[in-house]
Amino acid sequence: MTSLFLTALAALIVVILLSAPLGCFVVWRRMAYFGDTLAHAGLLGASLALMANLPVALAASVLGIFIAILLLLLSKRNWVGQDSILGILSHGSLAIGLLLAWVMPTQLDLDALLFGDLLAVSLGDLLLLAPLTIAIGLILWRFWQPLLAITVDRDLACAEGLPVKRLEVLLVSLLAITVAVGIQAVGVLLMTALLITPAATARIWSRTPEQMLLLALTFGLLAGLAGMAGSWWWALPVGPSVVVAALIGFIGSAAIKRKA
Amino acid sequence: MTRLQFEHVQHRFGSALAVQDISFSLNNEEILTIIGPNGAGKSTILRLALGIYQPTAGRIQLAADTHIGYMPQKLAIDPTLPLTVGRFMQLNHKVSQKDARIALARTEVEHLWRDSVQDLSGGELQRVLLARAAVRKPNLLVLDEPVQGVDYRGEAALYELISQLRDELKSAVLMVSHDLHVVMASSDNVLCVNGHICCHGHPDQVSDHPEYVSLFGKREAQALGVYVHDHDHDHDCGGQH
Repeated sequence: MTSLFLTALAALIVVILLSAPLGCFVVWRRMAYFGDTLAHAGLLGASLALMANLPVALAASVLGIFIAILLLLLSKRNWVGQDSILGILSHGSLAIGLLLAWVMPTQLDLDALLFGDLLAVSLGDLLLLAPLTIAIGLILWRFWQPLLAITVDRDLACAEGLPVKRLEVLLVSLLAITVAVGIQAVGVLLMTALLITPAATARIWSRTPEQMLLLALTFGLLAGLAGMAGSWWWALPVGPSVVVAALIGFIGSAAIKRKA
Repeated sequence: MTRLQFEHVQHRFGSALAVQDISFSLNNEEILTIIGPNGAGKSTILRLALGIYQPTAGRIQLAADTHIGYMPQKLAIDPTLPLTVGRFMQLNHKVSQKDARIALARTEVEHLWRDSVQDLSGGELQRVLLARAAVRKPNLLVLDEPVQGVDYRGEAALYELISQLRDELKSAVLMVSHDLHVVMASSDNVLCVNGHICCHGHPDQVSDHPEYVSLFGKREAQALGVYVHDHDHDHDCGGQH
């Protein structure tokens, strides 16, 4: 039980380490719905992976990157608003995923995909997650300044010689991989919450992007620990506990800031 | 030496023609100001020069060693992104804090170092943006309405600073401006556009040009010719005496 619990805790921490920095970009670039769309597409990725007998994280990552780039291209057109395009792709891919799951001979664990099943994470999964996290962390470290610059002002970054389009593809790809990997451990619903809530809480207290990054990591890890503690002592489900802990942090921060 | 050259450049947004047949060249240590009515394509020309837009016809050439400092009209930053002026100055280029502070001091806004970029007034933001463009030590300075929101007395001081920067950095300056009065006094050449080039040349020639007069009206056109620095006192960018 203890080792199962520790593996789950480690997996959660790994997902938070990825989702905190990318969550900051999601908040800054107003991509919350974008992240949600990627999470829903992850369900389709999982269905496809089971059909083709591929690792779920790999299939979901590839599909996520594909959808992310499709979104980047479609966002340049003005037929309908970006939110509508996101809604169409989000629920479209969710529905295809559900249909595939329906016709598939093997059972897809929908509950696990939607709400996460941290305790099902194996040591093998974790050994796969760790190097991936380090790789994404290093990429973020290396490209932090340019990614920040294209987020502050796209035209200014372009004028200063940054390859803006390639950096945007890099950013949405990292986000897609993070979401794909994350939903396996924490589920579609918790993934979106982990992206947005700690970063939004951090915004309340920060004056520079780097402060916001560190605080998002802190709030994310605190929520993760609180959720795991709830699961350990009161046998609460992990996913909702983490989300509620993060929510309390956000509401508390907003209330304190309002008073101050 | 030619820094930037446009050859019969055209740009379309979908089926709408924004600018056509734009040809001009800009030399080092030259200040070229683009003027024209709203929607004339002034900002489009700047964006083409910066590589933000690609020409749909024609050719744009930049000297190989070009290093651009760009001052946008405003900043597209989202309020959810916390950013102090100091951090913004050091964003995406290696500038020491000392150099960043000196650049801000020259535009009279060093005291805003710890302020949030989103909290600045229009004029303060313009000064920060100019400082950030200058601190990169560019040899092509591109300015989109550099004194917008700056009070009347600060305007002349900012234009004075722009021509100082041109001398120090030996850079070419391409700018868009609405302040016809100061433009004529501080530019080497003027490009008057309205979708196409109406007239192009030295401020004196342009202000006599019939197309220019018809574009801006006779009174405006006459006002330009007479503007000179007629201050009998000194003042800094902040407008203090």
